[in-house]
Amino acid sequence: MTVPEHSASLEEQIGEWRGYLRRRQAIHPVDVAELEDHLREQIASLVAAGLTDDEAFLIAVKRMGDLDALSREFAREYSDRLWKQLVVVDSGAAEPRARSRTDAVVAFGLALAAAVAVKAPALFGVDLDADAGFYARNLTFFVLPFLAAYFVWKRELGPATIARLAVVFVAAAVFANAYPFEPGGDTETLTALHLPIVLWLAVGVAYAGSRWRQVDGRMDFIRFSGELVIYYVLIALGGAVLVGFMAMIFEAIGIDVEPFFESWLVPCGATAAVVVASWLVEAKQSVIENMAPVLTRLFTPLFAAVLVAFLATVLLTGRGVDVDRDVLIAFDLLLVVVLALLLYSVSARDPQSPPGVFDILQVVLVVSALAADAIALWAIAARITEFGFTPNRVAALGENIVLLVNLAWSAALYTRFLRRRGPFTAVEKWQTDYVPVYAVWATIVVIVFPALFGYA
Amino acid sequence: MQIGKDLTAASSTPIVLAILAEGDSYGYAILQRVRELSGGRLEWTDGMLYPVLHRLGRLGYVEARWEVAQSGRRRRYYRITPRGRERLAEERRQWQAVDTTLRGIWKALPSSASSRRPAQAELLPSGA
Repeated sequence: MTVPEHSASLEEQIGEWRGYLRRRQAIHPVDVAELEDHLREQIASLVAAGLTDDEAFLIAVKRMGDLDALSREFAREYSDRLWKQLVVVDSGAAEPRARSRTDAVVAFGLALAAAVAVKAPALFGVDLDADAGFYARNLTFFVLPFLAAYFVWKRELGPATIARLAVVFVAAAVFANAYPFEPGGDTETLTALHLPIVLWLAVGVAYAGSRWRQVDGRMDFIRFSGELVIYYVLIALGGAVLVGFMAMIFEAIGIDVEPFFESWLVPCGATAAVVVASWLVEAKQSVIENMAPVLTRLFTPLFAAVLVAFLATVLLTGRGVDVDRDVLIAFDLLLVVVLALLLYSVSARDPQSPPGVFDILQVVLVVSALAADAIALWAIAARITEFGFTPNRVAALGENIVLLVNLAWSAALYTRFLRRRGPFTAVEKWQTDYVPVYAVWATIVVIVFPALFGYA
Repeated sequence: MQIGKDLTAASSTPIVLAILAEGDSYGYAILQRVRELSGGRLEWTDGMLYPVLHRLGRLGYVEARWEVAQSGRRRRYYRITPRGRERLAEERRQWQAVDTTLRGIWKALPSSASSRRPAQAELLPSGA
């Protein structure tokens, strides 16, 4: 750092030092405050030993050590901050700016390619309306390969990883199209719903690169997924406003633009937006990094309250769950939401801080969700023979079990943490280790189910 | 005599945990204690203590809390957890094993071999 002028007062010097430290992404304001406290105490003891303010300041700063090395240590300690450091280009440096421009060009190029790809089947006479099944099964192939390609480029992945990703995508395309699905059948819908889950994991491997095998790498991918959803929703809202206005003003001059929307703007825009949103998440990390945690903080207590109210009502009124076709899916979705709330509060939590009120709320949320789900499962189990095993029901049941296992063990680990029997990192590790399980189940649904249920 | 970088890094965990086992403390005081105990021979860059504390926190060995010190400034205090104590006991066993091994070999060596180098002037302890 620049040596402050001697005329400057000690407070100013410390202020300058603090400002210098704060500009470093890897050191959080909390850490800066701690280091400042240290610096002040060191200065005070040096002054007490007879040095002047200036001398004491210089020695204290020198003893603090090289700040570059210190930031690196902090960054290594906190993967999320390292993550931020890796993706946010240093403001002011010319070389990174050029790189961020290349990054934008590549991202928009791939977005354009995705938009073109989604219309390419039209050249071969495959129509979006008439061949809805084809599009439903293959939708992911118009988006995710481009996204994976973006990360392959960005993370400079080696040929071995590229080959592995290519094999996964090609195999997925074969399974999606080789089976003789009955048009509009359940198994076709299941494939369309589960294929994206499998391939999302492939994107994750590309995203995390060499860090996929580490807890931090997978955690970053989970963070990325959540922020991507937020960005995508924001873009979609903007897009809806744009489309609405366009329709309105063109109608004013007597032109119906709806066919253009339906066959061009919406499909192309929706696919391209995924790549653009991913690029935004990468490029503007620091802008939005607080969104997912803030939303989580807001909704965790609300969801917990709703679930507790639900359980209390069930207990007091003795009402049974009205089992109809979709109840299992509804409870699956509930577990997904609870899991998301858990995941994003886990990903944003400082693992060091001791258990607090919010952690208790989190456990209440998870445990009440488990209880609600148990009630639903009980009701369904009693009547499963009556309903019969349709592919939808088996898939929904499987998902329910996958989520239930995750949440049950999370609740156990979280409770151990609350009782100070285990570290918070155990919850984090469990969540990141569990990621492949979703993909394994989705793969089973895609590969085994169609044949098992006769492509119905 | 200065202790080498690797040894400093390796010994940081047991030293910090042991100091916290004496009682809750904060960064500056921990460093003072390290200097006192090592007679200035174990030279830590001040800043580097903090990433170490964070690592121990992440592993669940210590807990941090903010308190207002007498000076009126907010200060982060660290406390060792039961897991930290377990870790400390384990570290202690390991270091004692290393120590015993070394003692054995020092005894076996002729005393001149271990002190052939002329004794260097001790660097001044740099504690404030």
